[in-house]
Amino acid sequence: MNKLLSNVNFQSRQSKIVLGILLCLLPLLLQPIGNFWVRTADTALLYVLLAVGLNIVVGYAGLLDLGYVAFFAVGAYLFALMGSPHLTETFSWIAMLFPAGMHLSIWLVLPLAILVAGLFGVLLGAPTLKLRGDYLAIVTLGFGEIIRVFLNGLDHPVNLTNGPKGLDNIDSVKFLGLDLGKKLDLGFIELSSVTLYYYLFLALVVVAIIVSHRLADSRVGRAWMAIREDEIAAKAMGINTRNLKLLAFGLGATFGGVSGAMFAAFQGSITPESFSLMESVMIVAMVVLGGLGHLPGVVLGAVLLAVLPEGLRWFSSLLDLQALTDGRLDASILRQLLIALAMIGIMLVKPKGLWPSPERGRTLLVKAKAKAKAKAKVEAADAVKAKEVAA
Amino acid sequence: MSIVLKVHNASKRFGGLQALNDVGLEIAKGEVYGLIGPNGAGKTTFFNVITGLYEPDSGTFELGGKPYSPNAVHRVAKAGIARTFQNIRLFAEMTALENVMVGQHIRTSSSVWGAILRTASFKREEAAIAARAHELLDYVGIGDLADARARTLSYGDQRRLEIARALATQPHLIALDEPAAGMNATEKVVLRELIDRIRNDGKTVLLIEHDVKLVMGLCDKVTVLDYGKVIAQGTPAVVQKDSKVIEAYLGTGGH
Repeated sequence: MNKLLSNVNFQSRQSKIVLGILLCLLPLLLQPIGNFWVRTADTALLYVLLAVGLNIVVGYAGLLDLGYVAFFAVGAYLFALMGSPHLTETFSWIAMLFPAGMHLSIWLVLPLAILVAGLFGVLLGAPTLKLRGDYLAIVTLGFGEIIRVFLNGLDHPVNLTNGPKGLDNIDSVKFLGLDLGKKLDLGFIELSSVTLYYYLFLALVVVAIIVSHRLADSRVGRAWMAIREDEIAAKAMGINTRNLKLLAFGLGATFGGVSGAMFAAFQGSITPESFSLMESVMIVAMVVLGGLGHLPGVVLGAVLLAVLPEGLRWFSSLLDLQALTDGRLDASILRQLLIALAMIGIMLVKPKGLWPSPERGRTLLVKAKAKAKAKAKVEAADAVKAKEVAA
Repeated sequence: MSIVLKVHNASKRFGGLQALNDVGLEIAKGEVYGLIGPNGAGKTTFFNVITGLYEPDSGTFELGGKPYSPNAVHRVAKAGIARTFQNIRLFAEMTALENVMVGQHIRTSSSVWGAILRTASFKREEAAIAARAHELLDYVGIGDLADARARTLSYGDQRRLEIARALATQPHLIALDEPAAGMNATEKVVLRELIDRIRNDGKTVLLIEHDVKLVMGLCDKVTVLDYGKVIAQGTPAVVQKDSKVIEAYLGTGGH
């Protein structure tokens, strides 16, 4: 596995193009099997977005955040409120302002979601600046739960979030006059709604990966990693650790906000239960399992952990597991059991994750290749000379 | 000669222990200044005070003729004191090159936007940072290890990488906390040459060291601490003959 992965060279243009074509074809191949699989791919892409965002906080800056799903919730509720009839139905003054309903476009809400989620990120970061490791994890865990409890309880005295019932009738994404909530008939092929969403999410993931990669490979990214490696030494280098930690929290949170807004539009309805602690734990698991701080690994971890449960569900329904075991074992139990086992197994065998950062830097690889090339050239020249001598 | 660092009456108390008691010294530009003393004399405490890691109880501090208050480590670094640590503190999982690149953080300015949009000025600055980092690695003699992770370097190379990283902050004063600790004889010779070279390039060095031979051979001036107090100050030749110093190191013989 390791060798296989290290042989895949993502730097080369060809492999990028091949990968891009494969990813674009994927939903078209999945569509005939069932929209369920495309939907799974959509969900996986949203998880990738979350994992890439959390990786900035946990992977780059080394701040263990167990409440990351809170930012996902903030983004989701923000769009749900702006894009569903809930506010106009509940508050007459808002209904008067928007007689035709709010129905704000997601492209207007998205920058707002980025801003608000980022603000919440800083809000979480500020009181936890002096905490590290376990203590930070506990506080962030509490923060995630507070947000969920708020969403659950804010149906009175003013009904802002509609409590445990959640919000529904959320607008779908509209893009250049195209409603992603409806299927699109191109004549020769029919694209289902989930396929259209797939392409949108794929584009967002690509942007997220580029942004995250560029951040890592910059002055700010190096400062984050320095803080992760040794905070005192980082300070001694003149790095303002307070500001940079807040920046990591804020920037990481924005990815969660985007993913949340998209999730709300994609699902059409949300409840606070979608934002439980378990979700946060899963996102952390994706980052850690894939390879902390290494983007390809993080993406791999997110895809695996997002698809695995659905795959298992399908597998166990295929076997009719419940009947087979007299109802003792069903899909959800098996799913949790196998995921837990997989996590323990991977952490035992590969404690740095499935696909960790390579041991040596890029330039060295390039140098080694150049050396090998030069050597081959010399050898070839020698061979030619030897031939000449022989002749 | 201009004074780089001037410390007057620095005191620091930890509970019942007076770790520093009215310590003062003046370091001139281009000097290698030694700070020695037996274990627990307060050398590292003094170091941590001037670099802002510990807040002093009293004392006045001047750097390059301007008063500075050592109350935050990152601000002291920006003001112009770079340091290394007694128990090496590198960014272990980062490459040697990246370590030195981090050192240039305060002397560069590209922002998040520049990084995301890859603006022309960002690219120019990145190239300059990398070039400078390579230069510094060559300067301390580990240029061929640029892409190795810091934790994989040998002990002596880690020490040298720490010095390169400190130099990257473009300090007025570079403060080395026991750089020769744990080094073998050959590594010490190389270190001595390196410090000599840093001095010859016009930089000022503050050296805390246990190895008296190294200090006496290398330093222009020496301050000897014992129980948090200055017991002798001057050129190595003078300090070496000071009866208090001999007593501190060898005991009075009366007990």
